[in-house]
Amino acid sequence: MPAVQETVERVRRIDVDQYRYGFETQIESDKAPKGLSEDTVRFISAKKNEPAWMLEWRLEAYRRWLTMTEPTWARVDYPKIDYQDIYYYSAPKPKKTLSSIDEIDPEILKTYEKLGIPLREVAILEGVEPPPGGPPSPSRKIAVDAVFDSVSVATTFQKELKAAGVIFMPISEAIREHPELVQKYLGTVVPTSDNYFATLNSAVFSDGSFVYVPPGVRCPMELSTYFRINERNTGQFERTLIIADKGSYVSYLEGCTAPQRDENQLHAAVVELVTLDDAEIKYSTVQNWYPGNSEGKGGIYNFVTKRGDCRGKNSKISWTQVETGSAITWKYPSCILRGDNSSGEFYSIAISNGYQQVDSGTKMIHLGKNTSSRIISKGIAAGRSQNTYRGLVSAHRKATGARNYTACDSLLIGDKCGAHTVPYVEAKNSSATFEHEATTSKISEDVLFYCIQRGLSQEEAVGLVVNGFVKDVLQQLPMEFAVEAQKLISISLEGSVG
Amino acid sequence: MSLLEVKDLQVRVEEREILHGLSLTVNPGEVHAIMGPNGSGKSTLSHVIAGKPGYEVTGGQILFKGEDLLEMAPNERAAKGVFLAFQYPVEIPGVTTWNFLHAALNAQRKARGEDEISSPAFLRKVREVAKSLNIPQDMLKRGVNVGFSGGEKKRNEILQMALFEPAVCILDEMDSGLDIDALRIAADGVNALRSPERAMVVITHYQRLLNYIVPDVVHVMSKGRVVKSGGKELALELEESGYAQFEDAA
Repeated sequence: MPAVQETVERVRRIDVDQYRYGFETQIESDKAPKGLSEDTVRFISAKKNEPAWMLEWRLEAYRRWLTMTEPTWARVDYPKIDYQDIYYYSAPKPKKTLSSIDEIDPEILKTYEKLGIPLREVAILEGVEPPPGGPPSPSRKIAVDAVFDSVSVATTFQKELKAAGVIFMPISEAIREHPELVQKYLGTVVPTSDNYFATLNSAVFSDGSFVYVPPGVRCPMELSTYFRINERNTGQFERTLIIADKGSYVSYLEGCTAPQRDENQLHAAVVELVTLDDAEIKYSTVQNWYPGNSEGKGGIYNFVTKRGDCRGKNSKISWTQVETGSAITWKYPSCILRGDNSSGEFYSIAISNGYQQVDSGTKMIHLGKNTSSRIISKGIAAGRSQNTYRGLVSAHRKATGARNYTACDSLLIGDKCGAHTVPYVEAKNSSATFEHEATTSKISEDVLFYCIQRGLSQEEAVGLVVNGFVKDVLQQLPMEFAVEAQKLISISLEGSVG
Repeated sequence: MSLLEVKDLQVRVEEREILHGLSLTVNPGEVHAIMGPNGSGKSTLSHVIAGKPGYEVTGGQILFKGEDLLEMAPNERAAKGVFLAFQYPVEIPGVTTWNFLHAALNAQRKARGEDEISSPAFLRKVREVAKSLNIPQDMLKRGVNVGFSGGEKKRNEILQMALFEPAVCILDEMDSGLDIDALRIAADGVNALRSPERAMVVITHYQRLLNYIVPDVVHVMSKGRVVKSGGKELALELEESGYAQFEDAA
C-alpha cells in the first residue's frame, strides 16, 4: 500500500475515536424546563438573582432573536437545530452552601482532576521541558475559573488577584457585585442584535468569566477558564467579558471539553474584549469539544462570537486558537482597531478529521489611524473533513496608514478532505497596505518516505511534518499550553501519544 | 557472509517490468558503482532496497546480513543499517534539521532496543560529526533542506550518513545538480566514511564522480539487468565508448 494511503487509513481508523475526554460525570443536576420561551429567560435570570436591568436586557435580546433567522452562509452542513429540544440551564445540585474548595462535590473535583485542571491553588511546574540550552522554566501560577454546564463551580486565586486590584470572577457574580462595570461594557463589543447565535446567547447565557484589570496593572498571573459540558441535551451558553483598563496587561487562556455522546449538543458562546489606551489582552484558546465519532455521529455544534475592541490608542489584542474539537466550528475571533496605532493579531491552528466541519477565521476592522493587524492561519484537513478559512480585512475611509499581513496555509492529509480559503479584503482609503499570502499543500509520499527511510514510523513522520507546519502559531501560545496543544495535535491526527 | 545480496530480482511498476532478474553481491568494505543510461533501472534498484512504496517485487530476493530485507518495513531497514542518500532530498518546512536528526536517530535506537539519546548528548554528537565533515553549524538550525543549495542538500545527506552509521549506503545520483567544487566536497565526505565494515553502492550516470569516489567494482546496467561487471577501469572504458554497445547485449 502506498505510504500516504496507509496513513490515511490509519488516520481514519483512530482519528476522532481517540477522544480522551469523553467520560461523563454522574451527578444530580438542577435544570430549567426544556425549551426556550420568555419563561426560560426569566428562570435563568431568577436563578442568578439578577437585577431587573439584566432581565430586561435578556428579554430584549430574546424578542429580537425571535425575529431572526439562522445564518446559512458558512460552508457547514447540519440538520436543522430544534431549539425547543434543548435544556438552557443545568447546574450541579449543591449539597450545601460552599465556603471553600474542599466543599465542592468530590465528583466535580474528580472530573477536573481527570482533565488535568488545577482547582487547588498550586503553582504549575510539571510537563514543561525547557528548550535545549535554555533556562529552566520558572514556576508559574494560573488562576482558574471552572465552568461546569451552566455554572461556575470554582474560581481560584481570587484573594491574590484582588490584592493586585484584578477582578476575576464568574460573570453571574460580577453582575451582582460590579453592576457599574458590567453595565458599562456588556454588549458594547458584540451588541445583542449582532447575529443569530450571539443574540440567543444574550438571552440565555448562564455563566462565564468576568475580568477587569485596573489602570497600569500587569496581571500577576495567567487567568484561565475551563469549560466543561456534562449534562445530556444541554446547550452551553457562556459569556466572557474582559476589560483591560489604560496601560494594563492580561493573558487569558480558555479550554473546553465535553463527554462523548451520540446526539449533537449546542455551544453558543460570546466573548467580548475591551482594551483602553496602551492596554493589551492576549487571549488563547484550546478548543477540544467532542468532535463526534468516526462515522460523524454526535459532537458539539460550536457557534461562537468572539470579538475584541481596541478602544484606546496604542492598544493591542491578540487571539491565538488551537481548534481540534467540535463536529461543527463556526467561529471568527475578530478585532476592531478603533484606537489610533492599535494593533490586532490572529494566530490559528484549525485541525479537522473524521467528518468534522470547520468554518473559521477572523475579521480585522481598521478604523483608527496607523492601525496594524496580522493574521497567521494554519488549516489541516484529514479524513472526510472540510476546513474553511474565512476572513475579512477592511480599512475605513479615515483609517489612514492601515497595514495588514495575512498568511493562510492549508495542509491536506488524504484525498477525501477539503480545504477552502475565502478572504475578503476592502480598502476604502488609498494609504492602506494589505498583503495576503496563501498556500495549499499535501503531505506528499516523497516527504513521508524520506522520513521513514531515516527510521521514523509513519505516525512519527506525519506528526513531525504537521508540527513543523503549525510551528509559527504554536510559538504564540503560553508555554504550558503549547506543550498541551502539541500533544493534542498528535492525538487528533495520529493517536500516538506524545 | 556478504553484507548485501540481491538475487535474481524482478520488479514491476504499474504492470511494467523494470528489473528482469538482477543480481548483485556486496561485501563489507567494498564500494560498488552502478552505471547505466537513463531508464536502465538504477534508481528502481535503490528504491526497492530502501523499501519505497509503489514497487512490486515479483521474483527474487534481497538478503541483508543473511536476513530477508523485503520482509522488513522501510523504517526497520533503516534501523538495521540500510541508508539511502536521495537524489532529490525533500524539504520539510518548520522542522529544524537538528530536531529531525534527533527524532530519526532516536527512532532508530528505539527500534534496536537501545536507550534514547538525550538532547545535550545528541547536540554534542551532531556538532562533532558536522565539524569533521566541515558542515557549518547554522545548517542544523535551519528547516530540513529548506532553501538549501544543491550542494548543501547533498552535504546534509552525508551528515546523516555519518550520524546514523549505517552498514550499507546507497548513493543515488549523488552528482546530479552539483558543480565541480560541490562535487569534490561531497565526495570527500563520502570517502571519509569508507571503512572496512561499511559498504557503499554508488549509483551514477557519469564516470566523473568515480574520479573522486574510486570504486572497487563497477557494474553496467542496461534494460533492467547487470550486463557487465569489472574493476574501476570499466568506468573509464565506458566514458570512451558510451553505453550504446550494451543496448544490444541486454
